[in-house]
Amino acid sequence: MTWTNPLTLLRHGWTRHWNPDRPVRTVVSNLPFEDLKKREQPNRRYEGNAIRTNKYRLWSFIPMNLFEQFHRMANIYFVGLAILNFVPVVNAFQPEVALIPICIILALTAVKDGWEDFRRYQTDQQLNNTPCFIFSRKQMCFVERRWKDVRVGDFVRVLSNEIIPADILLLHTSDPNGVCHMETANLDGETSLKQRKVVPGFSSLGEPFQPQTFDSTVVCENPNNNLNLFKGYVERPDKRRTGFGIDSLLLRGCMVRNTDDAAGIVVYAGHETKSMLNNSGPRYKRSKIERKMNTDVLFCVVLLFFMCLIGALGHAIWLETFSSMPSYIVPDSNGNYTPSVLAGFYMFFTMIILLQVMIPVSLYVSIELVKMGQIFFITQDVELYDEELDRRVQCRALNITEDLGQIQYVFSDKTGTLTENKMVFRRCSVMGTEYCHEENVVVPDRKLILEVDRQMASIQTGPYLDFFLALAICNTVLVSSVTAQRQRVRVNVADLAGAERVGDVLRVKGRRSSSYSGGSFHNMRQWFRKCGLGKVFTSMKFFKRGGETLADPFSIDEDDGLSGSEEVCYEAHSPDEAALIHAAKAYGFTMMERTPHYVTVKLPDEALLKFEVLDILTFDSTRRRMSIIVRHPHTKEIIMYTKGADSAIMERLGNVFSDCCSKIKCVEQWCGWKAVCFSLKVISEQEFRAWSAVRQEALSAIEEKEERLMETANFIESSFTLLGATGIEDRLQESVPETIQALRRAGMQVWVLTGDKPETAINIAYSCKLLEHEDLVFTFSTNRKVLQCQLTNASFRGYSSAFTGPLMEPSIGLVIDGPTLSMAMSDELVEQFVELCKHCRAVLCCRVTPLQKSAVVKLIRQKLRVMTLAVGDGANDVNMIQAADVGIGVSGQEGMQAVMASDFAITRFKHLQRLLLVHGHWCYSRLANMVIYFFYKNVAYVNLLFWYQFFCGFSATAMIDYWLMIFFNLFFTSAPPIMFGIMEKEVSDSTLLSLPELYKRGQHSEGYRRSTFWIAILDAFYQSLVCFFIPYWTYNGSDIGIFAFGTPMNTVSLFTIILHLAIEIKSWTAVHWVIMIGSVLVYFIVTLAYSAICISCNPPSDPYWIMHKQMADPMFYLVCILTTVVALLPR
Amino acid sequence: IMASSYGAKEEDGHHPGSAGLGGAAIRTKKPDNTAFKQQRLPAWQPILTAGTVLPAFFIIGLIFIPIGIGLYVTSNNIKEFELDYTGTDMSSPCFNCSQSWNSTNTCKCELFFSLDQPFESNVFMYYGLSNFYQNHRRYVKSRDDSQLNGDERSLKEPSKECEPYRTNENKPIAPCGAIANSMFNDTLDLFYIDPNGKKRPISLTKKGIAWWTDKHVKFRNPGGSNSNLTTVFKDTAKPVNWHKPVYELDVDIENNGFINEDFIVWMRTAALPTFRKLYRIIQKNNDMTPTLPRGNYSLAVTYNYPVRSFEGRKRMILSTISWMGGKNPFLGIAYITVGSICFFLGVVLLFIHHKYGNRNNSSDIAS
Repeated sequence: MTWTNPLTLLRHGWTRHWNPDRPVRTVVSNLPFEDLKKREQPNRRYEGNAIRTNKYRLWSFIPMNLFEQFHRMANIYFVGLAILNFVPVVNAFQPEVALIPICIILALTAVKDGWEDFRRYQTDQQLNNTPCFIFSRKQMCFVERRWKDVRVGDFVRVLSNEIIPADILLLHTSDPNGVCHMETANLDGETSLKQRKVVPGFSSLGEPFQPQTFDSTVVCENPNNNLNLFKGYVERPDKRRTGFGIDSLLLRGCMVRNTDDAAGIVVYAGHETKSMLNNSGPRYKRSKIERKMNTDVLFCVVLLFFMCLIGALGHAIWLETFSSMPSYIVPDSNGNYTPSVLAGFYMFFTMIILLQVMIPVSLYVSIELVKMGQIFFITQDVELYDEELDRRVQCRALNITEDLGQIQYVFSDKTGTLTENKMVFRRCSVMGTEYCHEENVVVPDRKLILEVDRQMASIQTGPYLDFFLALAICNTVLVSSVTAQRQRVRVNVADLAGAERVGDVLRVKGRRSSSYSGGSFHNMRQWFRKCGLGKVFTSMKFFKRGGETLADPFSIDEDDGLSGSEEVCYEAHSPDEAALIHAAKAYGFTMMERTPHYVTVKLPDEALLKFEVLDILTFDSTRRRMSIIVRHPHTKEIIMYTKGADSAIMERLGNVFSDCCSKIKCVEQWCGWKAVCFSLKVISEQEFRAWSAVRQEALSAIEEKEERLMETANFIESSFTLLGATGIEDRLQESVPETIQALRRAGMQVWVLTGDKPETAINIAYSCKLLEHEDLVFTFSTNRKVLQCQLTNASFRGYSSAFTGPLMEPSIGLVIDGPTLSMAMSDELVEQFVELCKHCRAVLCCRVTPLQKSAVVKLIRQKLRVMTLAVGDGANDVNMIQAADVGIGVSGQEGMQAVMASDFAITRFKHLQRLLLVHGHWCYSRLANMVIYFFYKNVAYVNLLFWYQFFCGFSATAMIDYWLMIFFNLFFTSAPPIMFGIMEKEVSDSTLLSLPELYKRGQHSEGYRRSTFWIAILDAFYQSLVCFFIPYWTYNGSDIGIFAFGTPMNTVSLFTIILHLAIEIKSWTAVHWVIMIGSVLVYFIVTLAYSAICISCNPPSDPYWIMHKQMADPMFYLVCILTTVVALLPR
Repeated sequence: IMASSYGAKEEDGHHPGSAGLGGAAIRTKKPDNTAFKQQRLPAWQPILTAGTVLPAFFIIGLIFIPIGIGLYVTSNNIKEFELDYTGTDMSSPCFNCSQSWNSTNTCKCELFFSLDQPFESNVFMYYGLSNFYQNHRRYVKSRDDSQLNGDERSLKEPSKECEPYRTNENKPIAPCGAIANSMFNDTLDLFYIDPNGKKRPISLTKKGIAWWTDKHVKFRNPGGSNSNLTTVFKDTAKPVNWHKPVYELDVDIENNGFINEDFIVWMRTAALPTFRKLYRIIQKNNDMTPTLPRGNYSLAVTYNYPVRSFEGRKRMILSTISWMGGKNPFLGIAYITVGSICFFLGVVLLFIHHKYGNRNNSSDIAS
């Protein structure tokens, strides 16, 4: 929570007092001090592991919540008014009564806040009570405790697939190499496993960990929120220091993987852990309507000011007309009359009190209620529910529902958003021959199998074999056994949910794993879906194939599925790696094991090949390839397998297999798919040794390490022999083209921002109808000078085509790549660029970095002053999602990062259509109408009182009972507009979907404009005039009393206001009828009851029997009917 | 937070049709497909077309015009007579009284008037004041309802709102406050002058001029209905402007003290600065003769109430009454006007609809 509790601050301050700002934190083992009292513990000053994210405690709830609420200007205004009532000179009727509305508002908000806070408290409790293992000196073993018992200095053991309870310095693992794998998906959304190493010197191989012997001191930096930076050292008793970094720290909230157990000393706990420090609460965005509304509230204030001023002046002048004081002007308690100017001055404040209702006190609360209702209906929409993921649309931001109806620019990510991001191995080309594959599962191509078999049988080597070997080993995929997978299922799910408390995975809680006991894998798959962990899907997909695809000749004997321990699961960094390795497996080349030094592959003939891994040149985005250097177990040759994007490989080929045919096929035919080329290079022993020396040097270099590593990699990665190429398809999600078309028709500009290369992006753009074939497409990827010309030129053309009319205009598509984009966004070109973009039908930005994505969004948002929406699924879209007015996260393959940052989370791109066109439109028109109506309602009512001032000497008399006035706003007329704001359906959803053009109304803010506001105000003036003057002329000169005069007015304005709404409502459901009629009934019942009971309870109005008297009078009804008809006749 | 709350709510709730495999129920998050949650409640969608608007106009017109005529006729049948006796004119008999007003000696004047038409049925006699702002905020506040309701404690300790008419010479004022203090205290007497010049007093009923609920519930004398008012009000002072204390307002115990009807009527503050208050009722005595026959009358005024400071006017009003109250042609005219406008608009729209409607429809279809 970004919000810091003052108490916590206080506590912090106090702690700091004891622990004067030391730049480092020193941690020693708690074990020697286990029996000591808390005060003597050496680590007592560090926070415990119990967390508390709830803002309030039971006893501090009321003052703290009030303090919070008074941050809001409106609340201060209303409290100020209520206090003004107590000032004697303003002569409020009943100062206490004035407090009621503001108290009700505050109480409502407090209840809502309290409830939210209670939910936070519950999650915290659940988290704090998650079990974990802490070493106890008494029992000399790890005992089960709760998370909240963990303290800094404790030794904690974490088993495989368990969630790490605090930030732990890794001291021991069960892994012989002293490594431990950790999944950080909960933290940063990356599904890849991170390797953590034991602090050097502590990895005692094979021995059980003995914390009691730990006598060193851990010195590390103070808690901070940098997830990738951590440094410190361990000081032994003999003053020997061993340094460690982030790669020895297990982070809270992550999950240990592929390691049976890991143990270490807690260095940060609770709120000081890196994950908690990174955990910021939901953002508060203000919607466009709300901003506009605030200015209108200011208009109302100005109006109020003028009305009060008129009242004040009028009163002063009125007083001046008397030569001597008449008996109805009451002197003050000393018998003196206030001078008329001063009386006028006082009157100003009295008027403010009388007319305060002008600023709708209930507006803000009503808006919140309405938004809650709207969100409820959005989340309940069954059309936005994803059967497969069992997930519905999530609304993470509570107050921008209506912004969904005003979007003008949509920025979309490509991978995972437009496409499935489920890579499917579609094609391969070996030796110039192409083999195609089915769309969904990899069924091995018969011809290809024959080839492979032939080679297997004959020579045990050859390009086909090498190709598949490369497929199998040239990756960074980790193998985890089925047993490990199954264990994961047994993880106490509550823990899982707890650790991911901020995330969606929270929903898992309560679904205990009891159902699963080695049954069918189907069940298990269901299970994993619940967990919502992207990576699991990849593994599961494979799993399924293992169990089901009998066609796979090599997994027949593993048919009985999960019982077999040999079944492997792959945990891949990226979906394409998974696709490739699964393809290799389908052809019988199964990677069985990967350690830092060996890779074992099972060949189709069941033989195991154990390659020694000499080096791995990891993938980076500049080289766009990766290589693995292995020693072949039989031939002892040193072989380098390289995999990379086609262009990255092609340019470095030797000339052995580089026949033009494969090249062309790669580039031209598969460019829509991700083409990955594989190549091989045999390196001689000397060459490798020489290179290895250079490489080692580079590795140990301190300066320019990156560059030198790159150089060495480039040096060795040259003159390959091309083995073959594979085509991996990333399929479009269903109905993406239709969705984009609909958004287009709705007047939205759709941009695609992707990190992919232009060819792929353009291809996807064509297939999802973003670009049409007849479009004029400008592609910008040039250097600066030319760009400038191009921009000018294109702008010119854009203009001219705009002038020649729509028929002549070819729709323009713009494709621009990252480097060019950064040039285009430089100061001198940016105006032109924006101008050009305005004329483009589609803009495609390729090879853009996450930062550029957000820069583009910000640029458009600021320069064109439009409402922007960004949709994305990966961690690289987070910036963009946060920069846009509305951020939408697609919960897909790439973890939860985007969803966490988003305002709304959907599961498929197509849901965007319904979310924007239907819900956006509804929310917008509902809220806009409701806000307008609120202003209208209050102005109409207040003006009644104002007109009366002309007939009571501007003395701020109200002719309506004070209680009824308050009830009028709070009860009688508040439910209908709220219902209107939640349930109004101007146009049905099917119409909205079939006519996306209707969305343009919201885009141009037609529902809520300044003119609409003023029309509503004028309408309110007219109606109040009618509601005042018809009763006035009717009763003028008669013997009617003040409050008997006010009663028909109150009734008339109730009818007018309710019927006004009734005219606005376009569709009436049972709920509408009940609430509308209910409101009127409540009014009559309350008023009748009130005037029957209250004899002298509310001086001076004494409503006793007035209502009954009035209702017995036929004139009352005649006045009501006439006035209502006249007031509403113009509508 | 909100979103997760909804999720949690769903988890607590019941989810039909989501039984999982392996015997254990797996609850899904699929939203209930009910009409309410999916916003598919059956709805009535009124569409304003010529077919619905035109009849509405005609119906309003047809209903309003007769009502208006009825109201107008009723209002016209009400007989009303007004007599200004302020005495601002030199010629007025009350001129002297209005000029030389002081609180000690009473001033009397007499005005003569004649009625052109006989007043049938009961006649209500009002006094009317104009330019008297009984609705002034501080004036309206200046009363103590619990004192008037017979509360002993409030009698001794009147509410602060009554300031500065709360105590006089350290005694609490009963009834306290500015409203009571400024009570209208002219006495009006009506005489019928025979054709032979003889003055005959007309009997004026002073009971039944206040609301029944006011007289019996809201206003009560302290110490029960039968106590001796003089002793009850012993320790109180009379309002400064009053000539006599509250327990001497009337000799009739049923109409004395706080339950004096003139007092109650005055205490119900008027809504507008020009108002009338019921003063007396002239009961119809038999069916044969009108209550007030045609002829000459005289009004004897005991002139106590000063209105010069605020340029007020004092009137005596005689009026018969119907079901719609006093004479007021406004409502009838308004009804007729609105009804006619509606009718007229209906005709105009009907004309437009007939002339242009078909073309519009066809163009709609074409486009």
